[in-house]
Amino acid sequence: MENNYEEWTLVVKPNTKWFELHLSDLWRYRDLIMLFVKRDFVSVYKQTILGPLWYIIQPILTAITYSIIFGSMAQLSTAGLPKLLFYLSGITMWNYFSECLNKTSNTFIQNAHIFGKVYFPRLTVPVAIIISNLFTFLFQFSLFLTILLFYYFTRTDIHPNKFMFLLPVLLLIMAGIGLGLGIIISSLTTKYRDLRFLIAFGVQLLMFATPVIYPLSSMLGKKKLLLLANPITSLVETFRMGFTGVGGDDFKWGYLGYSFSFMVIVLILGVILFNKVEKSFMDTV
Amino acid sequence: MKTVIRIENISKDYRLGEVGTGTISRDINAWLAKIRGKENPNLKINEKTKFFLSGEIHKALDNVSFDVQEGDVLGIIGKNGAGKSTMLKILSRVTTPTEGTFKVKGRIASLLEVGTGFHPELTGRDNIFLNGAILGMRKQEIKSKFDEILEFSGVEKFIDTPVKRYSSGMYVRLAFAVAAHLEPEILIIDEVLAVGDIAFQNKCMGKMSEVSKQGRTVLFVSHNMAAVQRLCKTGILLEDGKIKYSGETTKVIEEYFKSSFASRAVFDISLPENTQDMEGFAYLLQIEDLDGNPISTIPVGKKWQVRIYFRMNKRTSHFIIGIGISNTMDVNFRTTWSSPMEIEKGEYEVVFRDTNILMSAGEYKILIGLTSFQRSIQYAENIAVLRISEIDEINDERILRISGNGLVLNPMEMELIKK
Repeated sequence: MENNYEEWTLVVKPNTKWFELHLSDLWRYRDLIMLFVKRDFVSVYKQTILGPLWYIIQPILTAITYSIIFGSMAQLSTAGLPKLLFYLSGITMWNYFSECLNKTSNTFIQNAHIFGKVYFPRLTVPVAIIISNLFTFLFQFSLFLTILLFYYFTRTDIHPNKFMFLLPVLLLIMAGIGLGLGIIISSLTTKYRDLRFLIAFGVQLLMFATPVIYPLSSMLGKKKLLLLANPITSLVETFRMGFTGVGGDDFKWGYLGYSFSFMVIVLILGVILFNKVEKSFMDTV
Repeated sequence: MKTVIRIENISKDYRLGEVGTGTISRDINAWLAKIRGKENPNLKINEKTKFFLSGEIHKALDNVSFDVQEGDVLGIIGKNGAGKSTMLKILSRVTTPTEGTFKVKGRIASLLEVGTGFHPELTGRDNIFLNGAILGMRKQEIKSKFDEILEFSGVEKFIDTPVKRYSSGMYVRLAFAVAAHLEPEILIIDEVLAVGDIAFQNKCMGKMSEVSKQGRTVLFVSHNMAAVQRLCKTGILLEDGKIKYSGETTKVIEEYFKSSFASRAVFDISLPENTQDMEGFAYLLQIEDLDGNPISTIPVGKKWQVRIYFRMNKRTSHFIIGIGISNTMDVNFRTTWSSPMEIEKGEYEVVFRDTNILMSAGEYKILIGLTSFQRSIQYAENIAVLRISEIDEINDERILRISGNGLVLNPMEMELIKK
């Protein structure tokens, strides 16, 4: 055993400790992450006539539909904002979260063929998804800004304020929660395929428990508490408040703090679970 | 000599049948069974439970240990199911061993397939970067080798076309070009060589030996004995998850042929019960070298013959005995008959020998037929297996490969005319 004291670059053992996460590997593979981002982003609109315009068409059609159904027919409150602007503010934020969650939750199953052939830190895939969705978000956000500016100059009740500079923080928390929940689900789906079906409509239902199509201020008492238990609520609300000025009465730093803590917990749980699963998932998937 | 890979007592268990339960409800059942003190119907494999389930576990690798020195080109061979692929998966970190550790010094890259992660919508250029990064290269590294990769692949013209428009050959060439320019200290290679046309294969083989000459460590897992023989200095023979033999390549390959084909050179021909009523019948077939020694596996190029023992129960006129050889795909390779003859009652043996035709490596089936005036006396298919191995005994540089080039290896006569 003359080699006992030599330095090994890599030691693979069947059982590793829960916290051996090798996150530095992720940094070493940062080029791969960026190439995945490019792939995800470019391949989506290849061979389409409208190309990246689709990223804008989808939210605007959704916002118009919501305006007709929830705004005009169901007459839900839009907190005094123009319907289009109100729904668009909710959809823009919500889309980012739901896309992150939906896509990362498929990581293992969708990439089984690559994962089965070559090793690279598996976490690169969900992280790349989070980043490429950020670009989608930017497209949709600029649409939102355009509509916002239009109303800002044609009306007097739109009051953008300093809270809009919280946007990067809101996105960070949202991305973190999306990533955390997504990788927890993707880790579990390697064993339980049931979850795939659950997640598809689960995300849809969760939207109705988030103030996307109605303002938080329209809810009272227990219903409001229930909504606030949803960590996404304060993110959507803060976004809307920062850019349009409505809903300031319901803003508390504590709510954002809650979302942030939630993010930290799901991220840690997610990364640990993901790390456990990535070692042996090829045998079960 | 520096040890760059150390495999220590590695085992890998797979549970036979369905792995994992797959649904939550069944896991809940298992859990309920457990708290009621019954045996879990879908136990996972681990140290504690193995005892109970020993009958249902397949040990793909069983306590394997070996060291690889720096600069070694090590071939890992074995039959299907011997554990080669599992070894490969563990070495490339696609899965983890159930027991044991594996240690590596230096950067390790594995090629279980070429073109992993190629995206059909992306151009050749984008895919070079993507694939390179998946294999562990930094962007800067790929950039500096880009021109080389492009030249090696030979698809310069189409580099900005999405790879979904590529022919499969172009696709593979591009993929291999990226892989060939990986420069890790340790390279693990699966049988990716079996792709592309011959010219390209030779190019790949050239690249591989070039890599090994640069002093890098290569682990090569293959069925292709010829390739192993050409590339590797040392080898490991796996059998049923254990190391059967390790040492010099030629010895390892010999051992492989000895063990893997529980070899037979002598075949009984199954007969009906009423042989007394038959005019005559063949009962034994032997494959042998030209000196008459039984030989179960024939190196390509070695001369061989088939000897058939038969008995005639009565005098027969216009008697013909013939054999047919077909390959495993049931392609009839050749059929040959004796000339018609008058034959007396008695015991006979007949030898079929051809010293001209070079059959390519592979397995062939033999059938026999005995007739008289086009009336069948005996006809039996699949009575023997003729194995032409990939070890060759030919020294003809016109023969590039000994399998996969068609059934007959004999070069044609060629004439070069200058105008």
